[in-house]
Amino acid sequence: MKEIVVPGEFLGEGISSFGTYKEDGKVYSKTVGILNKRGNEIRVVPLNGVYIPRRGDGIIAIVKDITFSMWILDINSPYTAVLSLSEGVEEFVDLTKTDLSKYYNYDDVLFAKVNNVTKSKTVQLSMRDRLCRKLVGGRLIKVTPTKVPRVIGKAGSMVEMIKKKTGTQIVVGQNGIIWVKGENQSIAIEAILEIERLSHIEGLTDKISKFLDEKLKR
Amino acid sequence: MADIEFFKDGKRIDGRTYDQLRPMEAKAGILKNADGSGYFRFGNTIAIAGVYGPREVHPKHLENPREAILRCTYSMASFSTTERKRPGPDRRSIEISKVTTEALKPVLFLEEFPRTSIDVYIEIIQADASTRCAGINAASIALADAGIPMRDLVASASAGKVAGEIVLDIAGKEDTEGEVDLPVAYYPKKNLVTLLQMDGKVSFEEFSKIFDLAVSGAKKVYEVQKKALKDKYKEEVVE
Repeated sequence: MKEIVVPGEFLGEGISSFGTYKEDGKVYSKTVGILNKRGNEIRVVPLNGVYIPRRGDGIIAIVKDITFSMWILDINSPYTAVLSLSEGVEEFVDLTKTDLSKYYNYDDVLFAKVNNVTKSKTVQLSMRDRLCRKLVGGRLIKVTPTKVPRVIGKAGSMVEMIKKKTGTQIVVGQNGIIWVKGENQSIAIEAILEIERLSHIEGLTDKISKFLDEKLKR
Repeated sequence: MADIEFFKDGKRIDGRTYDQLRPMEAKAGILKNADGSGYFRFGNTIAIAGVYGPREVHPKHLENPREAILRCTYSMASFSTTERKRPGPDRRSIEISKVTTEALKPVLFLEEFPRTSIDVYIEIIQADASTRCAGINAASIALADAGIPMRDLVASASAGKVAGEIVLDIAGKEDTEGEVDLPVAYYPKKNLVTLLQMDGKVSFEEFSKIFDLAVSGAKKVYEVQKKALKDKYKEEVVE
């Protein structure tokens, strides 16, 4: 069982990392979360929270509005994001003749990269990456954004295992939206929701592996 | 007032000693649809709190580009008192909403969420004195449960003077017939007070005693709050 800490709890003296703050040389927890000490570095992985966009994150976004030269997207966060024409489309587009919905229409689901975030959290997205694309078909599920690293697992081990066992395509967005497509998608979704529920438990990969074997037998 | 006997053999009406709190109960994560929620009980006073956010601010003009805004709403259920309480905001609940907001604000890292709002809804479902303290305690648990970054939890308790004696956590008859009631919200780690209200008249010496007693009560509340947050995840392991 991993140690669960609460806000204000004294964690030790060292380097204050994510989920903690430092006062008078002492490190305290900022949130309810799981304590993680690595050498001198102290961090707390929160058990709940909203997604706050950061540069470089790969996220799943949904087109909510289209203006003259950009798309406005919902990114499962208190903030909305914009995707400008130049970041969204490679080719030259004559704005007087084209409607932007030709590229991405309302409610289209995109895997995009966070290109830039200002201090007051204006978010710019980009599609200029090998992995970025429109996601067609499949199902979307939401998990707590702070638990996304657990769904991915160490170096992607967890998500790779689910993909292999269920034979589905899975795309995990850092913002807690996960896209699943394939014949066994319901089983894959059940497994992901199980990970979210039990995220604070150790040895989760084995547990989920057994869970999947049992489900797939039927 | 003279016909009520407040003390007998060093015990109070409900059998407590002078410096004893009512039985407390706290829980985290009781509301399914809120981002975070808390429950706090002081004897017969029960408060539940739900936290939503950080989320987009509506109306838009309240938005602050530097930090999140905190909005607390305190409300008493119509069935919470012996006489039906007319539902909806009134002078008293608007005031308590304001002081609750100010009591919780110092512990939050609001600057991490510019242009958003954090909404806290406190509902008193059963009232028997110290409702604002129970409300703050429940709200504090709910904020932590929602994963909002905090420096510490805020713990709150009240003390007062009844028939010439200084007692902790006034309840029932002591509240309606007592002389002084002093609620305190306390920020334990920094030893700061974030809420201090009083009604009644006391000398400065007596005030200091009442104040110290309320703070000692808040420290006990703090332990109960911490346990509630940790217990939420312990139960899930047992399943």
